[in-house]
Amino acid sequence: MKELHSVVCIKPVPDQRFWDKISLDPKTQTLRRAGIPVALGPLDLNALEEALRIKESRGGKVTVVSMGPPGTEEILEWAIVLGADEAVLLSDRAFAGADTLATAYVLASGIKKLGDVDLVFLGNESLDGSTGQVGPQVAEFLGMSHLTHITKIDLTGDNKLEAKFRIEFGSIDVEVKTPVVIAVDKEINEPRLANIWGAVWAQERKINCWSINDVEVDRDKLGLSGSPTQVAGVTTIELKRKGEMLTGEPADIARQLVKKLQTDKVLPEA
Amino acid sequence: MKEGKGVWVFIEQRGGKVSEVGLELLGIGRELAGKVNEKLEAVLFGYQTGSMVDELGAYGADTVYVADDPLLEVYNSDAYAVLMQELIEQYKPGMMIVGASNIGSDLAPRVAAKVNTGLSAHCIGFDVDEHGKLLGKVPGFGGAVMADIICPEDYPQMATARPGFFQKLERVEGRKADVVKVEVKLRQEDINIKVLGTSKEELTARPVESADVVVAGGFGIGGEENWKLVEELADALNGSVGATRPPCDEGWADLESQMIGQSGKTVRPSLYIGLGVSGAVHHLVGIQDSKVIVAINKDSKAPIFEAADYGIAADFRQIVPSLIEELKSITG
Ligand SMILES: Cc1cc2nc3c(=O)[nH]c(=O)nc-3n(C[C@H](O)[C@H](O)[C@H](O)COP(=O)(O)OP(=O)(O)OC[C@H]3O[C@@H](n4cnc5c(N)ncnc54)[C@H](O)[C@@H]3O)c2cc1C
Ligand SMILES: Cc1cc2nc3c(=O)[nH]c(=O)nc-3n(C[C@H](O)[C@H](O)[C@H](O)COP(=O)(O)OP(=O)(O)OC[C@H]3O[C@@H](n4cnc5c(N)ncnc54)[C@H](O)[C@@H]3O)c2cc1C
Repeated sequence: MKELHSVVCIKPVPDQRFWDKISLDPKTQTLRRAGIPVALGPLDLNALEEALRIKESRGGKVTVVSMGPPGTEEILEWAIVLGADEAVLLSDRAFAGADTLATAYVLASGIKKLGDVDLVFLGNESLDGSTGQVGPQVAEFLGMSHLTHITKIDLTGDNKLEAKFRIEFGSIDVEVKTPVVIAVDKEINEPRLANIWGAVWAQERKINCWSINDVEVDRDKLGLSGSPTQVAGVTTIELKRKGEMLTGEPADIARQLVKKLQTDKVLPEA
Repeated sequence: MKEGKGVWVFIEQRGGKVSEVGLELLGIGRELAGKVNEKLEAVLFGYQTGSMVDELGAYGADTVYVADDPLLEVYNSDAYAVLMQELIEQYKPGMMIVGASNIGSDLAPRVAAKVNTGLSAHCIGFDVDEHGKLLGKVPGFGGAVMADIICPEDYPQMATARPGFFQKLERVEGRKADVVKVEVKLRQEDINIKVLGTSKEELTARPVESADVVVAGGFGIGGEENWKLVEELADALNGSVGATRPPCDEGWADLESQMIGQSGKTVRPSLYIGLGVSGAVHHLVGIQDSKVIVAINKDSKAPIFEAADYGIAADFRQIVPSLIEELKSITG
């Protein structure tokens, strides 16, 4: 069977709560540098896990790719600790302020430079932007098919696989030829935790940093100025209501509330 | 493209039936078409589409572009995206709205990249600015804000629209749309994705998005054991159970069917009761159309109290049993 090269796109998301959620071997704690507010989004961990499992069952390698500001090394290092073989950071001032199209463009330029790739994994949506648009758009720039909302993958041959696309109240089962871009859902797997060997593994690996000069890109398609969408304005949403507080003993509060809801005609009269 | 005309909406169909979100898009699409004084045009891909085309006329479409082919019976991103690109390049629409269902959010970004335009994601409102450009309202940026996303240079102006946020129009029996048949030259051999089959889950409980009473539990519920209290209160009210994001992450509630808010369901009940919910904007945008909002939270400073009609600053474990007791007196 052919060995597979998987690429996993991971996004630095500013969510520190996330750090508390991974239980980490105390000995690898050095990797938790306080003050750097980036984390690997939960679905990106599922994407990485799927790629690692394929490497374990089929052989091959896993490359993680991220576009982000300096500091993003943190999540790439973390992905290596978990088992990724190589890591690429696409970082340049010119990439900043990108919408999903400009983000996908840069990620695809990095992936193209990696050469032969069989599978590209992403999370179905990021924790912060959550548009879910990057996967299909990376696929377009790479000229590959794409699948999103994937909850199951079966490798059925050297150049094809079967997958389950979750839709509202059901699913569509598909077969696809590789190379293909796959955005995964939470149900696809249970991501592993780091172990002590991860830190040892990570010591032998470094992160490749690529700037605008290292990838083939058209400058007009980068960053804020290369993004077709813009934020035209920001307004506050009016969510305020009367906020009438009910006080007293529990039974008393319950009585007051039911009465008020009856007056408002959202509960029936006795 | 640097120009375009007409408001297009993509009509998702499943099993030969037009989806609810497709009809909602005709509703908002009609409003936008009125603002720019252009036609409302529906795009339908499927197989044996005859009766669906009639429905689209009845629900307000001026034109229906229909591609009818066995290859299109079930959604296939390869086939749908290529076909949509061809259509857009041929007919040059000014705006294109796609539902932010799983299928729509799979299709729209690919199409946007193919025709090299921007895409506003998961909009919960739309407007048109003084230059006739589409403003997509996207909640987010961390705080209590709504960002207007615009695509100033490129056409079509594309957006995905959150299901459940827009109203469909009255059905007018016999109202007819002009029908444009689209030739499908694409064959299975030309594409990489092949549909093997579909499956459908049976609905067990009434979906939270159509329930008249919603009881939502938050992270403050504290555990699976306590979650039963949320369910008991919902039962006592003959309502459905919803959740914020953390309970879904913890596995107390189901992300797919129960999470309410920006990245989940939108609910429009007469009565919403939030238990142990802090009131993050991400959640509040999904409940703002509730007629009455009640919040029970032990922290009297929780932001949800500002967004509630009635607030109870107490431990939900003390209030809920009394409330269930009190409700028995009216339901008998
Ligand atoms: C509140 C908010 C609203 C926004 N609305 C829009 C909008 O309407 N239209 C628009 O075009 N842009 C929008 N953006 C900008 C968009 O979020 C950014 O372009 C962002 O860089 C990528 O999009 P995402 O986070 O939504 O990614 P998603 O498409 O949700 O991410 C899916 C997956 O793609 C991969 N991925 C995403 N970004 C990277 C990265 N930098 N490096 C490596 N892998 C990555 C990850 O695997 C991730 O799990 C918005 C941003 C915010 C914060
Ligand atoms: C891009 C993005 C999208 C998101 N989308 C969504 C979404 O669609 N839906 C969603 O819900 N969230 C979403 N979130 C998460 C959101 O920001 C909040 O984190 C989440 O809504 C908080 O849930 P919560 O109120 O249950 O939990 P918390 O904020 O942890 O609040 C728990 C509350 O319970 C109270 N409490 C604790 N114990 C008790 C008790 N015994 N009795 C009474 N009260 C008690 C506490 O005082 C506290 O106020 C999103 C976040 C991001 C970044």
